[in-house]
Amino acid sequence: MKRIVLGLLAATAMSASAFADEIAPALIYDLGGKFDKSFNEAAYNGAERFKEETGIEYVEFEISNDAQREQALRRFAENGRNPIVMAGFTWVDYLKKVAAEYPDTDFTIIDDAVDAPNVRSVTFKEQEGSYLVGMLAALASETGTVGFVGGMQVPLIGKFECGYVGGAKAANADAKVIRNYTGDTPSAWNDPTKGGEITRTQIDQGADVVYHAAGGTGVGVLQAAADAGKLGIGVDSNQNGLHPGKVLTSMVKQVDVAVYNAFMDAKNGEFSYGLQDLGLAEDGVGYAMDDNNKDLVTDEMKATVEAAKQKIIDGEIVVHNFLSDNACPY
Amino acid sequence: MDFFHALILVLDSTVRLSVPLLLAALAGLYSERSGVFDIGLEGKMLAGAFAAGAAAAVTGSAWAGLGAAMLISIFLALVHGFASITHRGNQIVSGVAINFIAAGSTIILGQAWFRQGGRTPSLPGEARFGAIELPFAEAVRDVPILGDVYSELISGHSLLTYAAFLLVPFTWWVLFRTRFGLRLRAVGENPAAVDTAGISVSWLRYRAVICTGILTGMAGAYLSMAQNAGFVKDMTAGRGFIALAALIFAKWKPVPVMFACLLFGFLDAFAIRIQGTPLPLIGQVPVQFMQALPYILTVVLLAGFIGKAIPPRAGGVPYVKER
Repeated sequence: MKRIVLGLLAATAMSASAFADEIAPALIYDLGGKFDKSFNEAAYNGAERFKEETGIEYVEFEISNDAQREQALRRFAENGRNPIVMAGFTWVDYLKKVAAEYPDTDFTIIDDAVDAPNVRSVTFKEQEGSYLVGMLAALASETGTVGFVGGMQVPLIGKFECGYVGGAKAANADAKVIRNYTGDTPSAWNDPTKGGEITRTQIDQGADVVYHAAGGTGVGVLQAAADAGKLGIGVDSNQNGLHPGKVLTSMVKQVDVAVYNAFMDAKNGEFSYGLQDLGLAEDGVGYAMDDNNKDLVTDEMKATVEAAKQKIIDGEIVVHNFLSDNACPY
Repeated sequence: MDFFHALILVLDSTVRLSVPLLLAALAGLYSERSGVFDIGLEGKMLAGAFAAGAAAAVTGSAWAGLGAAMLISIFLALVHGFASITHRGNQIVSGVAINFIAAGSTIILGQAWFRQGGRTPSLPGEARFGAIELPFAEAVRDVPILGDVYSELISGHSLLTYAAFLLVPFTWWVLFRTRFGLRLRAVGENPAAVDTAGISVSWLRYRAVICTGILTGMAGAYLSMAQNAGFVKDMTAGRGFIALAALIFAKWKPVPVMFACLLFGFLDAFAIRIQGTPLPLIGQVPVQFMQALPYILTVVLLAGFIGKAIPPRAGGVPYVKER
């Protein structure tokens, strides 16, 4: 009898350890929503790739307002989900609180940093990628005027804006950059009507290439640019295919890789903590080239941009980081 | 001249931005004048935008989209009517419920049908209400001032834009020059008197909310088929509520409603235009201030500058026949 009980106990212990290998990852999106064709969708693609390769199911949550943030995070932690990845800088305050309460759970935050022993923070040097698309914009522009449309006015988007302006001025010292933000509430991430209207206004002022860093609002930006026969520049995911031939390029950010790596490292037991700041050198950011835009970017333009890219990687050009002093020198 | 051209462009943008507000505010006008408060303009607009985007994407016809938008929006208006007229429920609660139903169901249905996360597929040119160039717009472009006004400001809008502005005098005519309008206003002020005259209060109010449905459907269709090319979740972004503010601001009268909507549209267009450029004398104006201005104006002006905004007296009160 005793032996049977022991055997049972051993079996349970073994299945428990087998269960520990099988991780239960979770992914939480930000307000833009899972299919924003941009930031959140990139996170989703990363998780899907992980699922396809390993067959491990993950759970996900799309928040619809700020009040759900802490609740969602806490619920996943409570259910023993591990690791929990969240996309978006807004999570910082909520994560600080919850991470301290669940020290055995591994968290990953994308786009901002939280200093806690069980958190991995992944940020991107968006200014570097934006610098390159800014150069492309100025090179492709015939009027010498290019536009920038930001989503909600927050310092993170300042990184995109500042890098873009820097790149445009580097390629054409006389370039004029018209800059607009959609708003200062979260609804600015989902207002394509206003995004389109801003784009039209910028085009009226002479802009012929418009770059957006505005989540769902950007759908309207790219649409308005395509309607007017001008060029748009996509962000986060590769958006060249949204209006083939009308999107000059996209500033891609490897959010999918960040999510994939977080899940994969946890599965392999190699989850590391601390800050990862990914730039051009780490292939964390870049500009997208594919069949849809190959006729828009000439070899000459490409050569100029590639040269700048190498200089940034070598440290010859340092693109200013807006977050370092909340100011843009360009 | 440069300044003048810039002004024309801002006004052009004003027209585009104020059309959804105008349609929604006129929609609210019919309903509220009949005594049914409607906080659900936002939701009906959103549902209309979704129906328009979905139907136009499937059929490839802008008119089918507009029809679908009106139908779904009338349906929601009738739900609101059923709750607040027939069952004498709280009109605010029912309106809020409609906003929530629209916000949730558009995403769920959109995801189930199109698998693009609640978005509808991008509409090709022929499935949208494109810009209409009025005759001679190109020919007179070089005429000073008037040419600019005609070719930039008046020409080159979508059919729905022209319809929206024509609806203003039409609404005035209906409300103030027809028997239906007289009764509709009476039922919002003193339903008992209308009832005594042997006219059905419920049926009148139902007709008013149907008008509301038609107009919010148009507003939604404008958003997803004229200004954008497809539905995106939550794309109304609070416009239904701004329209409601415009309605109160204009004291429930059609022509002032148009001016209120144009004013709000202008503030929006102006804010976009001056972002980042310092104004003479004042310097840099914070964007946040410009964005808050419509609301500040509503509060300040209502606090005494334009006099009191008195709602229809029977507004929000379900009619109970005396026994």
